[in-house]
Amino acid sequence: MKRLAALAGFAAALVLSVGAQAQITKDTIKIGVLADMSSLYADLGGPGSVMAAKMAVEDFGGTLNGKKIEVVSADHQNKPDVGASIARQWFDQDGVDMITDLTTSSVALAVQEVARKENKVLLITSAASSDLTGKACAPTSIHWMYDTVALANGTGAAVVKAGGDSWFFITADYAFGHSLQNDTTAVVQANGGKVLGSVNVPLNTADFSSYLLQAQASKAKVIGLANAGGDTINSIKQAAEFGIVKGGQKLAGLLVFASDVHSLGLQTAQGLQLTEGFYWDMDDQTRAWSKKFFDRMQKEPTMAQAGVYSAVMNYLNAVKAANTLDGPTVIKQLKSKPVNDFAIRNGHIRDDGSLAHDMYLFEVKKPSESKGPWDFYKLIATIPGEEAFKRPHGNECPAVKS
Amino acid sequence: MLSWIHIAIPPAPLFFAQLLVGLINGAFYAMLSLGLAIIFGLLNIINFTHGAQYMLGAFTAWFLLTYLGVGYWPALIIAPIVVGIVGIAIERLFLRRIRGLDHLYGLLLTFGLALVIEGVFRQQYGSSGLPYTIPDALQGAESLGFMFLPIYRGWVIVASLVVCFGTWFVIERTRLGAHLRAATENPALVQAFGINVPRLVTLTYGAGAALAALAGVLAAPIYQVSPLMGSNIIIVVFAVVVIGGMGSILGAIVSGFGLGLIEGLTKVFYPEASSTVIFVIMALVILVKPAGLFGRAS
Repeated sequence: MKRLAALAGFAAALVLSVGAQAQITKDTIKIGVLADMSSLYADLGGPGSVMAAKMAVEDFGGTLNGKKIEVVSADHQNKPDVGASIARQWFDQDGVDMITDLTTSSVALAVQEVARKENKVLLITSAASSDLTGKACAPTSIHWMYDTVALANGTGAAVVKAGGDSWFFITADYAFGHSLQNDTTAVVQANGGKVLGSVNVPLNTADFSSYLLQAQASKAKVIGLANAGGDTINSIKQAAEFGIVKGGQKLAGLLVFASDVHSLGLQTAQGLQLTEGFYWDMDDQTRAWSKKFFDRMQKEPTMAQAGVYSAVMNYLNAVKAANTLDGPTVIKQLKSKPVNDFAIRNGHIRDDGSLAHDMYLFEVKKPSESKGPWDFYKLIATIPGEEAFKRPHGNECPAVKS
Repeated sequence: MLSWIHIAIPPAPLFFAQLLVGLINGAFYAMLSLGLAIIFGLLNIINFTHGAQYMLGAFTAWFLLTYLGVGYWPALIIAPIVVGIVGIAIERLFLRRIRGLDHLYGLLLTFGLALVIEGVFRQQYGSSGLPYTIPDALQGAESLGFMFLPIYRGWVIVASLVVCFGTWFVIERTRLGAHLRAATENPALVQAFGINVPRLVTLTYGAGAALAALAGVLAAPIYQVSPLMGSNIIIVVFAVVVIGGMGSILGAIVSGFGLGLIEGLTKVFYPEASSTVIFVIMALVILVKPAGLFGRAS
């Protein structure tokens, strides 16, 4: 009897999914922005990401084949269980078709498991862990903006090549920090450098002095900051206090957002090298979009926020072209075309789900070089997508594992 | 990977440096738990707004500098006064109305107030925080042989010790302090002696808030001036107060510095646990001595 019921359920699901494939039967298309709205990552994604998603929907026209497009948002509080249960509710009860932003790797990994079961689309713009398209990769997820491999290939390689061949890591103690440390270690070693030690720091720490002293005592030439947001800001600020850079050691901020530099001020952040996938002041295209964003948010966008716009816009175009909301079909449609817009240059989506595109190595300007309040970076190098997103040890993702 | 580094005994210089750094964090814990202990002692209110008042202190310093060009030293005096007045307003408008009710009401009210204040600031100033530089006179670092001690951090320890001792002295050794302690024990009787107890209560709450604000100004150059700075630290400070004994001045000071040290050492030996160690100790203390290390069982 039980089996019969299961079979009937399966058949019904099959019929439903076939129905969904044919055309869009719902009245509204819902896009969910799931982010850290209130804590240490809120400035790099958060409300700005919600705004970016709304701007994309507006620019798309607000409707698709006569169906209204709606943006919903929620705060996952950087807790994987909270994020996963919101995602489950969105998919099962609220009819959300796609989730984007997904700041905080531990949350993104948990939500990815929910989406995998439900065959729903995730376009991850703000989480970093390369595991999302590595051993945990899912067929309906795309890692849209950047990942820890690209950060390592950018900043990590540049610092080693400039002579920084011994490293000590200050690492955020969760999925993201560990990924970033591992991927950077691989790049450092591949370039002939070595890692002398590391310390795992709980997420959202106010005082880094103890860890900075350990890094100082390691005598490593480079202190790699495998953290983000408020944690990176506090590490850099306090490193200045303890004279780390004056003492001859170099700081490598492995993930630094424009919002972090804004908070630190150029006096403290100057000279820092960092890797980003987008910067508002690159060319006319980036400036034009960023101006629209600035007019609404009174700040320039981060790469995560620009990524949300790009992801939502490309998603809506793919849904329109495929005329369906069915996850696998939309993903297939997305993968069939290169991605090229103001935020993503020379992009294509690989089989493992990572969007390989041009990344940029920047250096933070000196206060005297800066012409205005958001004039932060000078471009050091453009790293082509294939090089930036290349994993030194291959990929464990079953879809591409050879 | 590299797990050996977590259990290795650090070389002596690094060890001393870590103790000192722990002491600096302890200075903040002590100053904040002191204010909480005073407020709890006299008002019987578990003041969850304390973190927000600490944050307001830092923001007031930032406002003074950014909009009025008033620097760090005047801010050390002005910010506590401003936040103290805000505290007095909170006591008059809200806390007075729930006097005599269960602790829970005070806790919920002050917690709600803290959420509102922090929410407004986060909405306005974002979560990353605003920069506040160290005053010129305290720039730089001094070599102590075993470490470079940033001069500013040294100043924080000194300032905190002075504030803690001063507060302890006022409460335990002066006439005003005697009135305060008496009003804690038996407000009706003290009132009968002609002392205005409600005013005493209001001023005490204002003073507690001012202490939090002073800690906030001291913290501003070290951490970012951030809307979240209060909520990040307040839970730890509550654990410190519980360990020291609710309402005990000496307990707040000693356990503040002591737990700063223990947390500092945890950051060397097992950094992953550094954000939990204080709560483990709190649980142990509650099990063994529920009134806290310095508290009197009621």
